[in-house]
Amino acid sequence: MKLSLGSLQYYWPRQQVFDFYADIAKQAVDIVYLGETVCSRRHELRLDDWLDIATLLANAGKEALLSSQTLIESESDLKILRRQVDNGHFRVEANDMGAVRLLGEKKLPFVAGPTLNVFNGETLRLLFELGATRWVMPPEVGKTLLATMEKPPAMETEVFSYGRLPLAYSARCFTARRFNLQKDACEFRCLDFPDGLPLATREGDAFLNLNGTQTQSAKVYNLLLELPELEKTGVDILRLSPQAEHSSAMIALFKNCADGRIPPKTAWEEAQQLIPAASCNGFWHDGVGLEQVMPENIL
Amino acid sequence: MVEMVSSPSAQSVFELVCPAGSLPALKAAVDHGADCVYLGFRDDTNARNFNGLNFDDVALGEGIRYARDRGSKVFLALNTYPQPGNWTRWTSAVDRAAAAGVDAVILADPGLMAYAQKNHPELRLHLSVQGSATSYEAINFYRERFAIKRAVLPRVLSLAQVEQVIAHSEVEIEVFGFGGLCVMVEGRCSLSAYATGTSPNCNGACSPAKSVRWEQTTQGMETRLNGILIDRYADGERAGYPTLCKGRFAVSGATYYAIEEPTSLNTLEMLPQMMAMGVAAIKIEGRQRSPAYVAQVTQVWREAIDACRRDPAHFTLRSSWMTQLNKVSEGQSHTLGAYYRPWK
Repeated sequence: MKLSLGSLQYYWPRQQVFDFYADIAKQAVDIVYLGETVCSRRHELRLDDWLDIATLLANAGKEALLSSQTLIESESDLKILRRQVDNGHFRVEANDMGAVRLLGEKKLPFVAGPTLNVFNGETLRLLFELGATRWVMPPEVGKTLLATMEKPPAMETEVFSYGRLPLAYSARCFTARRFNLQKDACEFRCLDFPDGLPLATREGDAFLNLNGTQTQSAKVYNLLLELPELEKTGVDILRLSPQAEHSSAMIALFKNCADGRIPPKTAWEEAQQLIPAASCNGFWHDGVGLEQVMPENIL
Repeated sequence: MVEMVSSPSAQSVFELVCPAGSLPALKAAVDHGADCVYLGFRDDTNARNFNGLNFDDVALGEGIRYARDRGSKVFLALNTYPQPGNWTRWTSAVDRAAAAGVDAVILADPGLMAYAQKNHPELRLHLSVQGSATSYEAINFYRERFAIKRAVLPRVLSLAQVEQVIAHSEVEIEVFGFGGLCVMVEGRCSLSAYATGTSPNCNGACSPAKSVRWEQTTQGMETRLNGILIDRYADGERAGYPTLCKGRFAVSGATYYAIEEPTSLNTLEMLPQMMAMGVAAIKIEGRQRSPAYVAQVTQVWREAIDACRRDPAHFTLRSSWMTQLNKVSEGQSHTLGAYYRPWK
């Protein structure tokens, strides 16, 4: 199985982003998705900066792609989307059907992103006919769907395997709301929260993670224990989501485990030092997302 | 119906689309002036998959007859996402809807649209709000691929953005006007699946009743979803249903409605603008609500639409309308939601 690094979900200062990807260029990740997918107000990096990073990663032997914004609202959002589609070099991960339309029109091969809601073989076949060569399973479903999915020939399957789950998107910014600011005058507060803003219940249980207009899980989705099962079910690519610290170490751990150098249980135990919150894996096991199921072969 | 708007992209109709969770609700909607009612089958093929709600084939037949005889249309929502293991439940629901003679089916899944188009080419297709299409590029994708005639917009766009969509697409645009408010982009929210295992996308329900627990404690009434504390109410505070995104949570030292207050969407005051910009239909949320709610809301919106159509330049809100609508609103309050930019 190959490893991919999903697009950066958080808003980091410009130099931190460049430093992060300069390091990623040296790591054992095969595929890197780039670009701002959460909020159009985030502008520390512009598309040209992302293209520079894509070039850097491509020169380091990685497959670099551009990820399109998940929620398209305005004409300026569409303008950026069109520029991504027309970049002339890097493949695009389509995260809404507008992107699919533009890519299909130009007959460009693309990746069907996790928010396209591909839940059945008919929809996947349709996207294949339009040019999709890879699909990312929606994180909210798991092994039963994947095992029964009819896939077109040569269609690659990518599964979100590590990171806080992207659970919901809104036009409203919940980080701005916390500080009684309107989104249009948000003071870019997301910059203060490199791993998002934790939300707890009134009795103090970590529940969600506010990341601007995106809502994530507080728990970190972690399928290290399931890597043998993922491989058996036909997963081609494991997607990891960037976090503020230890991303490289986590990539190394997944790589060593996927290649059989470290058994899953050992890798999972080592991950506890690198993971910023408790683990969950319920979605893969067709259950409640926030639950942590210990697979039988591990216990 | 004749539409009196000046916009070049003006639609010939401005339909009031009302919810019907049951035959009595359908009749209430039709009797009080709904141009269209929308409903679903009694299972997970639609996004209001609640116990005791929705239609079997017999009730659907009766509902269609009742509506037709009085000049109203019936739309059937099949707006959840089928999976390989249950695919045929959705395709047979499309077949049943076509056989019953509904005026349109409201779909979200592209695979299911392809099925409907191939097997029932005469069946009118609407894109559900669950399809998460927020731009004209996305909407035009569905038009080119499946010849959809109408799209329901997620409740995330400002009024100016809605206008932009209308200006760049031949597809009729339906917007939400009143009712429960999803803060998240519909079709892109897995919060309920994460917390309870019940997914709006795949199971057609959010924050399901089976996961709810109400508990009177020494600290007040607590509402829980699958054990997770959604809110706690002091004595005298009115406890609301624990919809996951409408609870009070703690974020960096503050406890508040971190995502959204329990409130309803109400865009009645925007009616003249919506009509003028060429919105084709306005949707009332609430298939899970009572026939009395449907009757009340339908009546107010019918009166308002008729008044606005007669004289859009002098349209004013009647206080009686707002009083009646607030009475049936969640939390007895209302918001313009994303149509009003500062809400974001």
